[in-house]
Amino acid sequence: MTLMKLTKSQLLQAYRRMQTIRMFEERLHKEFATGEIPGFVHLYAGEETAAVGVCEHLTDADHIGSTHRGHGHCIAKGCDVMAMMKEIYGKRDGLCAGKGGSMHIADLSKGMLGANGIVGGGPPLACGAALTAKTNKTNGLAVAFFGDGGFNQGTTLESMNFARVHDLPVLFVLEDNGYAETTSSDWSIGGGDPVRRAEGFGIPGIRVDGHDFFAVYAAAKEAVEAIRSGSGPQFIHIEFTRYYGHFEGDAMTYRPPGEVKEERAFLDCLKFFRARVTQGGILTGEQLDEIDDEVEALISTAVAGAKAAPLPVEADLTTNVYLNY
Amino acid sequence: MSVKSFREALNEAFRQEMRRDPAVVLLGEDISGGMGSGGEQDAWGGVLGTTKGLMPEFGRERVLDTPISESAFIGAAAGAAATGLRPVAQLMFVDFFGVCGDQIVNQMAKFRYMFGGNATTPVVVRALCGAGLRAASQHSQMLYPVFTHFPGLKVVIPSSPYEAKGLMIQAIRDDDPVIFLEHKAMLDDTEEVPDEAYAIPFGEARTWRDGEDITVVAFGRMVQFARQSAEKLAGEGISCAVVDPRTTSPLDTETILNSVRKTGRLVIVDEAYPRCGMAADISSIVAEQAFDALKAPVLKVTPPHTPVPFSAPLEDAYVPSPAKVEAAVRHVMQADRLAGAA
Repeated sequence: MTLMKLTKSQLLQAYRRMQTIRMFEERLHKEFATGEIPGFVHLYAGEETAAVGVCEHLTDADHIGSTHRGHGHCIAKGCDVMAMMKEIYGKRDGLCAGKGGSMHIADLSKGMLGANGIVGGGPPLACGAALTAKTNKTNGLAVAFFGDGGFNQGTTLESMNFARVHDLPVLFVLEDNGYAETTSSDWSIGGGDPVRRAEGFGIPGIRVDGHDFFAVYAAAKEAVEAIRSGSGPQFIHIEFTRYYGHFEGDAMTYRPPGEVKEERAFLDCLKFFRARVTQGGILTGEQLDEIDDEVEALISTAVAGAKAAPLPVEADLTTNVYLNY
Repeated sequence: MSVKSFREALNEAFRQEMRRDPAVVLLGEDISGGMGSGGEQDAWGGVLGTTKGLMPEFGRERVLDTPISESAFIGAAAGAAATGLRPVAQLMFVDFFGVCGDQIVNQMAKFRYMFGGNATTPVVVRALCGAGLRAASQHSQMLYPVFTHFPGLKVVIPSSPYEAKGLMIQAIRDDDPVIFLEHKAMLDDTEEVPDEAYAIPFGEARTWRDGEDITVVAFGRMVQFARQSAEKLAGEGISCAVVDPRTTSPLDTETILNSVRKTGRLVIVDEAYPRCGMAADISSIVAEQAFDALKAPVLKVTPPHTPVPFSAPLEDAYVPSPAKVEAAVRHVMQADRLAGAA
């Protein structure tokens, strides 16, 4: 896969989505510190290549299962940023009416099956969406995003076997950011090599450098094409680091000093993307700067809108438990 | 109309709904049987044969045998339901809920609420339940209180073949997640069941027998015991109403309360564990809403607070019996008279 195979508009869109995720998360980090955001927030900054590199190959008819660290998946799958921000602030016209919050943002009209508060909760659901696609012969597929923690859950391993024996159109994406909460993935993933684990299930896999959007994009393209051609499940192991703690408020004492600083300085995926596309002369720095400005304005508008938006009312408490009861 | 077993009634419900709606798919362990083997296909039709013959008609694309991976296929049923299918997943024995509980109670049950009303999850999780087959502690439980506890789930416990067919058809057509429990000791029970498809609405109790003196609320197989007991007690001059809620969630509290207001006395027969169960739940509802109507304390007939035992005399002592129901009714009637005498 070479850079040349992406059109300018594809490159601009990918950059815009990654930058939207980054600025969304950086801003949440600041706003969380003010105490205005309720609950638990897990930030995706540093992992933008995975969500965008994969979801750029999908349509609204394809589904994704996400994780507790789900903002990036939502944005990459096309969820409305304003409505997401309102949801995170617990507001009535948030994407989930203020009933889900950061860990449960979903938009089924966009194929987003929900962030998920249960580690390993998503892969069986992705298998179900894939079963729907297979049964209805839509040529659609489902992506199961999970972290290095989720990769050790029985649900994920069962889902890989289930997808294999039923040849379900599922792409399993391991987002290995180095830590499941405080625990290193070097220690927690027995056997050490996730691709070999996938291959043990008969699922072809590839390991990619998650700092490089183009590597992730190329691997996902190949996997998605294979799945759409009927080969059954595929696996991608993406390695990078998260820029923030497990959740906001995590002091990250378990991380070596300077780890994030060095990653940001030398391995940042957005810097890397910018260098690739501008040095190659495909896009100009000004074009990207313009996107940066637009995204910054969008996020500011979203935060201001979320802060100003009305809270749910008590009558909302008991609605939407059932369709009818 | 013809005489059908509980098993045949369920099978007919699946067949009719699968013919009616191509979105209905079945999945579970050995629900056809013989997948990938060199021997008989459709070998079992489910562990106790309720789905026999469906795979030959509808094919393996709509009757999916699964590996023994409850988390994967129960979760897949939830995901498939949220994306357009109407899956009926068989969790072989309800006791196995322990290995896939998250997909039921944290995923399918909560989608609609957590997603602000923007998800519809028409999934049925059906499972064998109940004691009586000497199947011991891990294959005999009656776990409907567990599921009833969770908002977002509907919970069905049919008490006869007619009830099983109509309630299963409703479960499949219902747009909310449904837990449907099939008592394994009732599969060979027979009665007249209509040949055509019909749906029994949820949340509407069936009053099997009206009565003046005492209300007996019972669930599933216990309804049969309550009916037998009522028949016998009628000979002693005690007039028992027998109320079968059919669904523990939603629960038809009105029918129960109205009956208690009429009789002033209540016995609840519940095969589930005694603590935090339906008997306790209904007792509290009646205490809150019809206390003034009670002429005697409410009595619960349940197993003891023990796992389900294996050996015949122990299991027989564990399960509530018609004799225990009759004793409970006589006790309540007597308590009432004693109170009146004092």
